[in-house]
Amino acid sequence: MKQMAFTYQSGLSSESVTLQNKIEMAEEIKDTSVISIKNLNVKTKDGDILKNINLQIPKNKIIVLLGPSGCGKTTLLKSLNRLTDLHKELKVSGQIIIDGQDIMKAGQNLSAMRQRMGLLSQRPFPLPASIYKNVAYGLKLKGIRSKKLIAHSVETNLKRVGLWNEVKDRLKSPATSLSIGQQQRLCLARGLAVKPTIILADEPTSALDPISTKIIENLFKDLKQHYTIILVTHVLRQALRLADHVVFMYYGEIIEQGHPDDILKNPKTAILKKYLVDGN
Amino acid sequence: MNRKRRLTDSLVNIWMRGGLYIILAIPVFIGIGLYWKAAPLLNEHSLTDLIFSSKWFPMKGEFGFLPFIFSSVYVTLLAFILSAPLCLFAAIYLTQFSKRRLLNFMLPVIDILAGIPSVVYGVWGILVIVPLVSGSIAPFFGATSSGYSLLAGGIVLAVMCIPYMLNMLIEVFHTIPVGMKEASLSLGATHWEMVKHVIIRKGFPGIISAFGLGIAKAFGETIAVLMVVGNTLNITLSPFKAGYPLPALIANNYGEMMSIPDYDSALMFAALLLFVVILIINLFFRYFIHKTEKI
Amino acid sequence: MNRWKIIEEWFFKIISFIAAYSVVLILLYLLIVVFNKGIGALSWEIVFSMPKGGYYFGGGGGILNAIVGSFYLSLGATVLAVIIGLPAALFINVQLIRLKRTQNTIRFFLDALWGIPSIVYGAFGFAVMLFLGLNASLLAGIITVALLITPILVRAFDEVLKTIPVELQEASYSLGSTRTETALKVLFKQGFAGFITALLLAFGRGIGDAASVLFTAGFTDNIPVTLDEPVATLPLSIFFQLSSPIEEVRQRAYAAAVILTVIILIISVSARLLSKRYSKNIIK
Repeated sequence: MKQMAFTYQSGLSSESVTLQNKIEMAEEIKDTSVISIKNLNVKTKDGDILKNINLQIPKNKIIVLLGPSGCGKTTLLKSLNRLTDLHKELKVSGQIIIDGQDIMKAGQNLSAMRQRMGLLSQRPFPLPASIYKNVAYGLKLKGIRSKKLIAHSVETNLKRVGLWNEVKDRLKSPATSLSIGQQQRLCLARGLAVKPTIILADEPTSALDPISTKIIENLFKDLKQHYTIILVTHVLRQALRLADHVVFMYYGEIIEQGHPDDILKNPKTAILKKYLVDGN
Repeated sequence: MNRKRRLTDSLVNIWMRGGLYIILAIPVFIGIGLYWKAAPLLNEHSLTDLIFSSKWFPMKGEFGFLPFIFSSVYVTLLAFILSAPLCLFAAIYLTQFSKRRLLNFMLPVIDILAGIPSVVYGVWGILVIVPLVSGSIAPFFGATSSGYSLLAGGIVLAVMCIPYMLNMLIEVFHTIPVGMKEASLSLGATHWEMVKHVIIRKGFPGIISAFGLGIAKAFGETIAVLMVVGNTLNITLSPFKAGYPLPALIANNYGEMMSIPDYDSALMFAALLLFVVILIINLFFRYFIHKTEKI
Repeated sequence: MNRWKIIEEWFFKIISFIAAYSVVLILLYLLIVVFNKGIGALSWEIVFSMPKGGYYFGGGGGILNAIVGSFYLSLGATVLAVIIGLPAALFINVQLIRLKRTQNTIRFFLDALWGIPSIVYGAFGFAVMLFLGLNASLLAGIITVALLITPILVRAFDEVLKTIPVELQEASYSLGSTRTETALKVLFKQGFAGFITALLLAFGRGIGDAASVLFTAGFTDNIPVTLDEPVATLPLSIFFQLSSPIEEVRQRAYAAAVILTVIILIISVSARLLSKRYSKNIIK
């Protein structure tokens, strides 16, 4: 691994990459960006996971983080709602500004901050409770007590992910009784119920069959009218199908970014070219 | 050559199979052996008499095990009450709140402490807990005590159970996927709410099993308890009085058991009782774990 | 976030913190007390000489008989446990490799056996002793302790063996090895670190256990020369000396407790170090 990183650095001047990034970023910065990441570094004792990440994320678009496994996409995604806090061995520094607030600052109201973002992980993790309670969970954490309100929200959100008709007769049964595809949609519904503005999705279809994948992808296309979606994937075709903006990462750095038609069809850097050919 | 290889193969095969069968037969033989030795007593007295009578006069041929059973249950429950919450919260702290480094340091320490012989725990009990009970705890509650008491037995047992239960609880909490914790947090749970809703709920069967196995261990522990519990026949609710648990009865009287008729049978019956109760508890909770591990 | 949530959060964080550190402190305190009390009474005489006349009434000498006796007993029991347990553990992981259900059932029973208290083994050993017409002796003690530590040895070894990938066994078969050769040359070699750990774990349990040898091993001031002589053990020696009313004898019990603890600590620490060292050569 180390050797590969080395060849990359010697084969390509890192200065030119950062310059490239800066030019692209200058074009990219618009008033519509909801998330802006400045100088984000994530380190462990053994090395860097993310190196000096700078990124602007525009509103109501699907942003795809692309790259080989181990390149830091998932870490970047989880830094956005500070799930990196769970791993005490990680040292995170830099700024992540969401709606004008730096979420890295201490004393943040983490709960409220995280509720602005829904999370979909690589495989569905329903909470150890019933289908109904899974969707109601975030609402109860928000302090909503009205049963009527909760019931309404459960129904609306299950309908949005197309699950209502499948589960309306067994809302009380454990969430684990659903199929994996259904569970992933349940997790989406559960995330939507707390009314986020951003959806963080970490290879949400990697454990799913083609049909469930299609459902989730179509949902994303609908949802982007109201939500900013940040999607991690290593499936090129998925990136092409969904992305409005692609960010290619390699060993903890952003190498290239831009519209999928531009960068995936005419890659500028050698690394991305190689990745597009080899897959990894 | 080929024949020699085949011969070794089948011989070793027999040896391997034999080893396994012997091990699996151990509990059966223990049951039969103890029953065989306890039979004379069981022929003369009914089981309910033995378990529910508190008349213990071996010289007169009266064997009521109630005081011993009572003492055993008492110290076990005491040990459980003292150690279970401590272990639960310590395991939560070590796996959920603290840095990974503390856990990495604690795991081998816990392992090593679990291997310390019970007689050493007993020595510690005599040096620390017995004087503590007689000098501070009992006077504080307005009681007098020699220190050799049910409470001392309970405390020493509790300390002995800590490495054992803590180890199991840490293992249970480690099996809970990080993704589930992330799901709860990302929906707005605080760190403790996540622990409450995910760690404790998802780990519940494991927690119960760890507690159950801890109880079984405490129930059968002998030497350490024997050293601090006082060994006096008593049915008392006061933790400051001495007690006489079943294992202590067996260990204390092996010397004279051949001189009184049926006394050896009585001790073997006590061992049989311990064996059956603990085997049932163990089988039950192990089954519970095996079941839940699959889900 | 409302105030109640914040209070609850902090309350439980603090409780957990206190619980974790009190566990550490209690266990540390235990070791400190035992060492502190015993080291003062410890002397070369106690470790390296036999008890002299009237030892238990304050006479001179040491507990060499018990130290050596414990090693004899535990060594014998470990050998016996290996003879029965090693093939059993290999059997579970070679012959039964495709029968997951059977494997799990066996593991389940072995785990349950692990929890049987040693006093029960002691009483059972006593019954066996009577049945075979043996006296309380080194042999009877070895048999009893072997019964106690075999399930431990098997399960500890098995835990390591079951992590060895099935493909490795398949590779061995495809090269024409018999099951025996696969078991001994592939599985045993791969699991050697685990075997050493299991061995030391079982040995440590054998040395430290008192209740199982109470009936079966007897007690003596001599070091046994043959298997049918009684044998003294370290835990029992501590126990007997502690019941003495004479302060000097009790002091020696504390010293003996230190010796026992140090032996156990050396065994468990070296088990960890060895298993780390051997696991370097393992194919993962």
